[in-house]
Amino acid sequence: MEMRFSLAADKKTLDPGGLKYEMGDFDGYALEVGLQLVEKQGGEVVLISLGPDGSQETLRKGLAMGAARAVQLKAEQVPFDGFAIARALAAELAEGGYDLILFGRVATDTGNGTVGPMTAELLNLPCITSISQLEIAEGRGTARRELEGSAETMRFTLPAVLTIDEGIARPRLASLKGIMAAKKKPLEVRPAQLGEARLVVESMALPPDRPPGRIVGEGADAVPELLRVLQTEAKVL
Amino acid sequence: MLALAESRNGELRKVAFEAVTAARQATDAAGGGEVHAMLFGAPGISSRAEALGKYGADRVTVVEHPALGRYNPEVFTATTAGQLESGSYRAAFFSASAEGRDLAPRVAARLGVSLASDVTAFEFQSESVIVRHPAYTGKVIVTLRLTGTPALLSLRPGAITPSEQSGSAKVEMAAPAIDPASARVTVTDVTATGSAKLDLGEATIVVSGGRGLRSAENFKLVEDLAEAFGNAAVGATRAVTDDGWRPATDQIGQTGRLVSPDLYIAIGISGAVQHLAGMRTARTIVAINKDKDAPIFKIADYGIVGDLFEIVPRLTEEIRKARER
Repeated sequence: MEMRFSLAADKKTLDPGGLKYEMGDFDGYALEVGLQLVEKQGGEVVLISLGPDGSQETLRKGLAMGAARAVQLKAEQVPFDGFAIARALAAELAEGGYDLILFGRVATDTGNGTVGPMTAELLNLPCITSISQLEIAEGRGTARRELEGSAETMRFTLPAVLTIDEGIARPRLASLKGIMAAKKKPLEVRPAQLGEARLVVESMALPPDRPPGRIVGEGADAVPELLRVLQTEAKVL
Repeated sequence: MLALAESRNGELRKVAFEAVTAARQATDAAGGGEVHAMLFGAPGISSRAEALGKYGADRVTVVEHPALGRYNPEVFTATTAGQLESGSYRAAFFSASAEGRDLAPRVAARLGVSLASDVTAFEFQSESVIVRHPAYTGKVIVTLRLTGTPALLSLRPGAITPSEQSGSAKVEMAAPAIDPASARVTVTDVTATGSAKLDLGEATIVVSGGRGLRSAENFKLVEDLAEAFGNAAVGATRAVTDDGWRPATDQIGQTGRLVSPDLYIAIGISGAVQHLAGMRTARTIVAINKDKDAPIFKIADYGIVGDLFEIVPRLTEEIRKARER
């Protein structure tokens, strides 16, 4: 079902009415990668989310999937500025002693895809973005990254930051047992150290409707007419 | 202004001309000034540098090194950040290509500035830059205000039309800011993927196929049409890449590539929201589908209803004829 998007009265935010907040697609893949690594090699997955209290529901879902504990970096609104988010995350992660910090490749709402590599820079950690395969053994990792027209296999040392593309792992569904257990798992709430945002929303608009298109004809006999309009009207040929 | 000029296999990419054109336009709109470009590559790439002058670069800084024939995140980041720190640059333009999406945020964090990513339009004001950015998988266009100097922008490939002028660039050589051998991430293997010779982000025409093609073999029809155009790349829907008919890298949509070609031809594609998110910014959209009520016809500029197995070969033939003339 297509979600109907409408703008709030301030034209700077979305009307929350029709929206349901969920874990981003790519964050789901990242969590699954973390869970599988822990199952094979031990350790624990810690979930960190920056956002309003509504994000606790997402964190509980991740705990139900198998994460050990969660941290909410509380902010009334998630800033659009990826660098502001990265600073707050880096402040939280710096003392964490994590071997691997996994991000989704891009958040499907803002469409920025900047927080992972920015956080890596702030922590001065090696970083590979958009990976579609991963192996970890003895403090080293190998990852595959799909580029435009080629794929690279890369080696890196831990600790490291990785951003996860799709196709690497299908997020598991939480079991009933997992959902029950998640209620007792620790979820800490701390204020996000956001600082000043330097990329702010001025306004939002729904994309202009494309001018109504037209059916130029039916079947192969319509091909010459299609070519004609592409040449004379659209001028793309 | 600084523009990152991407290269691949010793040649400048189209996105390089887009970034330089954007920097030139922004500079001219602000009353003039110099446009600098940065170009990384293996020895010999400097021979390509002058071509950037035609698009408005006044100076090209070339960083040649045997290890830089491919993108190296740590070397590119340190060197680009160093260049931006060495001068009083108002802004830097990257492409939101695979390389630019990796590089631009690193450079921004290194410099402690914010980045406007995947930008489709921009306007420089005295203290800030106003940019347009498609968000919520293209369903909302966000207008953002970016402050801070330098302002970093990554441009959606295809959003800026490269504009040739009559300029020439001064070329100067520079060394990488760090030794490529010291990088903490090393590439151990590179394999070619993607069936299209031309990259989806660079092609001015994209021909895309969906489930309506019924099998992997039938994608030959799509490939033939792309080849007839000469400058077209082949894309696919998620259903098709999930089924393994095409490599995952060919996927256009919310979780795949976002493209803005001049012409997008959707063949046997119903028009799921997930797919539309990746191509709705194309300038002209053509749909060929047997179902006249398919959602793809709602956003297509031109459509033909009917059997793609008859229509597409005919279209391929007509395009060939037209190009021979």
